[in-house]
Amino acid sequence: MIDGKAWDWETGQKKIPMSDWRGRFGWVEEPYVSLDGEKVAAIVNTGEEAFNVCVNGDTWERDFDKIWHLRFLPDGCLTALVSDLGEWTVAVDGSPWQNMFGYVWNPLYSRNNGHMAVAVQQDMRYCMALDGKAWNETYANITYFALSGCGTKTAGAVQVVDADSGEIHKFKQGTFSAALQGKAWDTTFVNVWNLTISPDGEHLAAEVRQSLYDYTIAVDGQTWDRVYTCVWEPVFHPTKHHVVAPVRKGGYWMLAQDGEILWDRPFVQLWHQMFSPDGDRIAAVVAPGYGRWTVAIDGLPWKQSFKDMVTDAVFSPNGKRVGALAKEDRSWYVVLDGVPWSNTFDMAWQPVFSPDGEHVAAKIEKNGKFAVALDDHLGPHICDAAWDPIFSPEGDKILLRFIEDNTYYRRVVPVGEFAR
Amino acid sequence: MTEAAKKETPKGLDQGIEVGASSLTGEKIEGVIKSVLDNETGARLKTYVDTCIHCGLCSEACHYYLSHDNDPRYSPVGKVKQTMWEMLRKKGKVSPEFIKKAAVISHTECNLCKRCAMYCPFGIDIAYIMSVVRRIIHRLGVTPLYIQDTAHSHAVTMNQMWVKGDEWPDTLQWQEEEAQDEIPCLRIPLDKEGADIMYSVIAPEPKFQAQLIYQAAVIMDVAGVNWTMPSGIGWDNSDMAMFTGDNELMGRIKRTHYETASRLKVKRIVMGECGHAFRSVYDMGNRWLGWREPPIPIVHAIDFYYELIKSGKIKIAKKYDQPVTLHDPCNVVRGGGLHEKARYVIRAICEELIEMHPNREHNYCCAAGGGVINCGPPYKMTRVHGNKIKAEQLFAAKAKGAKTLVTPCHNCHSGLEDIVHHYEVGLGLKFISDILYEVMEKP
Repeated sequence: MIDGKAWDWETGQKKIPMSDWRGRFGWVEEPYVSLDGEKVAAIVNTGEEAFNVCVNGDTWERDFDKIWHLRFLPDGCLTALVSDLGEWTVAVDGSPWQNMFGYVWNPLYSRNNGHMAVAVQQDMRYCMALDGKAWNETYANITYFALSGCGTKTAGAVQVVDADSGEIHKFKQGTFSAALQGKAWDTTFVNVWNLTISPDGEHLAAEVRQSLYDYTIAVDGQTWDRVYTCVWEPVFHPTKHHVVAPVRKGGYWMLAQDGEILWDRPFVQLWHQMFSPDGDRIAAVVAPGYGRWTVAIDGLPWKQSFKDMVTDAVFSPNGKRVGALAKEDRSWYVVLDGVPWSNTFDMAWQPVFSPDGEHVAAKIEKNGKFAVALDDHLGPHICDAAWDPIFSPEGDKILLRFIEDNTYYRRVVPVGEFAR
Repeated sequence: MTEAAKKETPKGLDQGIEVGASSLTGEKIEGVIKSVLDNETGARLKTYVDTCIHCGLCSEACHYYLSHDNDPRYSPVGKVKQTMWEMLRKKGKVSPEFIKKAAVISHTECNLCKRCAMYCPFGIDIAYIMSVVRRIIHRLGVTPLYIQDTAHSHAVTMNQMWVKGDEWPDTLQWQEEEAQDEIPCLRIPLDKEGADIMYSVIAPEPKFQAQLIYQAAVIMDVAGVNWTMPSGIGWDNSDMAMFTGDNELMGRIKRTHYETASRLKVKRIVMGECGHAFRSVYDMGNRWLGWREPPIPIVHAIDFYYELIKSGKIKIAKKYDQPVTLHDPCNVVRGGGLHEKARYVIRAICEELIEMHPNREHNYCCAAGGGVINCGPPYKMTRVHGNKIKAEQLFAAKAKGAKTLVTPCHNCHSGLEDIVHHYEVGLGLKFISDILYEVMEKP
């Protein structure tokens, strides 16, 4: 949950003109906006192989040879992957990390503060770096990546046994493991996928394949007692040391906890399980029948299902409500507690709950323009670009961030006046 | 893969098959066959097996059969007889030697091209039966080495060529820079959330054919498309696990692809000129996951070029002046119905199209698809000799004046290169995008 208490929640509007940006630079890339809405930024081309970042009209102090993946951290710092003289690193508010690398990619951001990690290649060896500091250990390859929720621990699926491509029998003996903070488990697996770090940052879980046919979950290198024909990503309980993961048995998917079946109702598909913030409830995206998609809560699917897909499920902060997006043909729906809004959209973003769960807003796209919808009402600001709405800590106001006619707007609106 | 690791192996000494078969027991073979037949096939296989009247009308459909002087061992029904029927007749009690032979037949002498399904009076999908054989081969661990290695690559990297995580975005940035020499403001936008289109390719493009990414970027830029490419996994739409029978891995690959597009909030996925990947994303992989249809619309390059030209977003400056002939890839034509759109595109960008015969959904397979070319050098001549009929078809098109062979599919392209070279057909090969890039109006 973003802590926006220190933000400016006075009702009103701020504007940042962007109309001159295109004239000042070779080109201007997609803009990004800080969570508090105070800053708008974009990568800009300043010459041949020369790039900078324009923030509220001002550029960083120096150019780089290349800049990509510009994003704001929750604390308001602006980050990007930058290249200088053939080496790569991360720049934060224009200042590069002290360490440079052969290449950096796959940035990960902490949820609530200012930590950032990247995958690193140096001299064709691989590791991760967190806030500028690389692991002490390097590996022949690194594939899947994780950053703990608190932003202080990193993990990756790493190749610990050298095997040339083509050595299929050696590969099947197990050449991969998982590393937390650079230290790999003692055990090896054929494959390691989709790692997750416990909320306290002390434990690591991952999907593993023990042979070409036997899948299970490993926690800190120890596998569950049972194997399955397939598994999906594990999730830690927010307060207890339990791990839940979808497992496939007999052609159907069920939810298991610590190796035991938790939801015995079989589904054609089951994934993206999540705990409520207090850990008392579990929701997951499921297919109760072939080609029908919905959300199940504690094993019980919503009555209404959808044809194409269901995605972006989320609990309200109080854990009482669940929102999701559903798609049928080319229409997207915002669905709350199993009931879709009457409005449909060309695209929709994950629903955002007010702190008390009473109100729900979502960024949407319709006819090539963007807007925010609140409680199934379309807002008055139809614009060229928009970002996710954010409720004030008291839930009585909503922060809108959008661009229209080359001007960025930060607008705080009382929830009760939203649709006026 | 290094040369040391992958030496040319005489047929029958594929180390994937030999080493895998060395640990087989009769009990294991019987158990796996029974498990697959009882738990994974259901009414579909039973219906096909019970319906077939052994008439042999499927034979004339198969390029292997036609290329081997009508040898019945190469007929589709002959291949089923040598594999699945024997497994059924003996209730799974078959020998390791039989399994080795079944691995070679199902993986290297059948392209799963489905031409035979059109010739069967009952429409029996023999490719499905051969896919079940491959599933059994996978479960027994006897898959040919090269394609098994490709499946391992998918499992580790989610792409088929062991392209590492850094190599992918680095290649895109390199191609972006190259293209900026031609169009200074051109971009390959990475991870652009909310773009209309995610463009996905297969791993040979960043590995060996980066110019295709360059060409795609130019086409997107000139057409004014709001597009993006993912910088992380999910960029590769290919899927050799579909052809090794590793269905669980196939599902994982397709989930990654679609969820990458979903995360980027795109409305459509446009894919490059690949055939088997199209089959995987619109038919096989999505359905294994429970999606009846692709959850996000998937558009093959042929369809996309058609849309761009028809709408006037791409204009042709000067048509390609060499007469061309068009190879209809099985997966996008017999499987996807894109043959007339392909012809619209070819006629729009080329002065003259000389049809090869048969064509459209009746076209002969390239003999590379279905994972056969991915079984590697040990079987190169199996597919080249097994497609003499294709060489004859190409010679006939050449005799009518064709100079260039257009193949809008990667596997077809590579396979037909071998055919053209071995039989000295004397045709140049191109993708549609090679020509489109060459003839389109650019700023």
